Amino acid sequence: MSGDVERLLIQFQDEAGEVLGSPFDVPLDITPDKLQLVCNALLQKEEPVPLAFFVGGEAEVVESLRVCVKALGAETEAVLPVVYQPQAVFRVRAVARCTSSLQGHTEAVISTAFSPTGRYLASGSGDTTVRFWDLTTETPQHTSRGHSHWVLNISWSPDGRKLASGCKNSQICIWDPVTGHQIGKTLTGHSKWITWISWEPLHLNPECRYLASSSKDGSVRVWDVVLGRCERILTGHTQSVTCVKWGGDGLLYSSSQDRTVKVWRANDGVQCRTLQGHAHWVNTLALSTDYVLRTGAFEPADATINPQEQTGSLEELKEKALQRYNKVRGVAPERLVSGSDDFTLFMWNPAEDKKPVARLTGHSALVNQVLFSPDTRLLASASFDKSIKIWDGRTGRYIQSLRGHVSAVYQVAWSADSRLLVSGSSDSTLKVWDVKTGKLHTDLPGHADEVFAVDWSPDGQRVASGGKDKCLRIWRR
Amino acid sequence: MPQNEHIELHRKRHGQRFDYQERKRKRESREAHDRSHKAKKMIGLKAKLYHKQRHSEKIQMKKTLKMHEQRKTKQKNDDKTPEGAVPAYLLDREGQSRAKILSNMIKQKRKEKAGKWEVPLPKVRAQGETEVLKVIRTGKRQKKAWKRMVTKVCFVGDNFTRKPPKYERFIRPMGLRFKKAHVTHPELKATFCLPILGVKKNPSSPLYTTLGVITKGTVIEVNVSELGLVTQGGKVIWGKYAQVTNNPENDGCINAVLLV
Repeated sequence: MSGDVERLLIQFQDEAGEVLGSPFDVPLDITPDKLQLVCNALLQKEEPVPLAFFVGGEAEVVESLRVCVKALGAETEAVLPVVYQPQAVFRVRAVARCTSSLQGHTEAVISTAFSPTGRYLASGSGDTTVRFWDLTTETPQHTSRGHSHWVLNISWSPDGRKLASGCKNSQICIWDPVTGHQIGKTLTGHSKWITWISWEPLHLNPECRYLASSSKDGSVRVWDVVLGRCERILTGHTQSVTCVKWGGDGLLYSSSQDRTVKVWRANDGVQCRTLQGHAHWVNTLALSTDYVLRTGAFEPADATINPQEQTGSLEELKEKALQRYNKVRGVAPERLVSGSDDFTLFMWNPAEDKKPVARLTGHSALVNQVLFSPDTRLLASASFDKSIKIWDGRTGRYIQSLRGHVSAVYQVAWSADSRLLVSGSSDSTLKVWDVKTGKLHTDLPGHADEVFAVDWSPDGQRVASGGKDKCLRIWRR
Repeated sequence: MPQNEHIELHRKRHGQRFDYQERKRKRESREAHDRSHKAKKMIGLKAKLYHKQRHSEKIQMKKTLKMHEQRKTKQKNDDKTPEGAVPAYLLDREGQSRAKILSNMIKQKRKEKAGKWEVPLPKVRAQGETEVLKVIRTGKRQKKAWKRMVTKVCFVGDNFTRKPPKYERFIRPMGLRFKKAHVTHPELKATFCLPILGVKKNPSSPLYTTLGVITKGTVIEVNVSELGLVTQGGKVIWGKYAQVTNNPENDGCINAVLLV
């Protein structure tokens, strides 16, 4: 007969540190499945939620508790705190094949974006057009002409009814995805090209009336789309503003080539804070609530095979968006991460503090894009040193490096359940990575030249990528 | 008088008719009508030849007119959008062609092997001893001439103590000792006043390097902890090389450019 199994006292804690129930006596050989059963019973939810367990803040319980305890060297006498993290209930399947290669653009495809519900796909290109594509048949739907130079950025409004596009001649046009026609006037005012466009979040204003744009001329402008005029001009940066983000708390964040990040109040345009610390241009910003602000009232878990339009009155949509935002944001305020040409990233708590939370070093070439995962737990940074690094979204601790690309990685996109990451690079391939294991899941070759833009649809079904070879490719399972 | 000059001779002697100018003007203005009348009436081979000649004349005329219409200065071509579209994050960066990258890699490897490094001022005027060091005469009758005084700007460390004056061969005057340099970052185009850590190499002579003499072209090491640069491993970079770009003894300050 086998001897007594070693037992251990554990205490379940959630991520914020609140305890769940009282200390539990479990055998040391317990596996994550059994831990999940126990925890779900304690949580008393209607449906069991998939959970991941972490011991000592870092080590994840993969095979059994015994392995973790041994690795940590924790003593078995005291109560061991085990942190549980609810994972997304739905699972996004990795894309594996290119279902279509959409020709149509006559110059390189520079930007591509799915609408918040995943129903429409839009792409901007160097031939000055914005094209809308029908996703069910994977054919062109509308070609919108109106710009006079390369369309550098496109951005969907959070309700999915408008698309804003900015061009190199400093003009912004708003398009209707259903008809492909321009809504309202062309917004002019900037003196140099537009570097980023960001809409006001849905839970602050369900009409989607205001948007913020940043430009090389060093200013950020807030536009009223309905009246077609500039509401406010925020000046303060001395060099080109590379990125602007409209946060969910009514603050605007802008990063610039003058090595600073500035925080502004959105309703009156007053500058609140300047975050300094970088030693070279600040290229990109990422907000922890980026994904939930982008999708607005649409819940990826409710996605169906045929993407549906959002129904409901403005009040209902605002309520839904606010609920989703509060859930993702949690108790702590939004976190901001900035990536720069000095090869490092800084994590800030911009609403409270001027000093950075952490400095994330490790890259050996400039950082091109930073993105939080949709559940804000992880952070991915794409850099010109051919690697992607994954960091902890809360503390900034380095987790792992994803290597595989043979030249600069330009853009990354997370899947809606935060388990998969797709990256596009100048070596003309896309790679899908499994973040949990840190390994390459699928290699997606097919483009003939550099891949400039990548996006994963919020319903998780498709990935769109566009590049220098003038064609837009759609990838599915 | 030659045969063909009698008309001219008559003009000289008697002048011209009183309405000569007017008649000439009217004849010339009628020329276009006369030519077109002729062109319409002509027939046969003569007409063919005439029409051909007239056609080439007309083409020439049209070209000249168009040329006069076009302005001499180049105008902005609004219609064509330039090629080579790049996304916003690549706009301020110079893209390198792939062939260039390969050749650059090979050149870099060769340079590393040879031990030569790129500096902003590769060639500097070498300064002779008579220019940099001035002879100081000592002794009861001012006959001894073994002491030298440095006439250029120099850097001495923090813990510098002079040798006993009787045995000191090189005098470095306090007025010419500098601790800080104005260093420009070549990419950011910003200038910072940074403390000097030491003199790495003076191109004129190794003697000047040991003395700490700073002239144009000297490579010095400066304290860059102010700038906040960080290595891959997370360590803060606090010393970097910079090359002096002015003549400090003439200007009273040291200007240098950072070697990145």
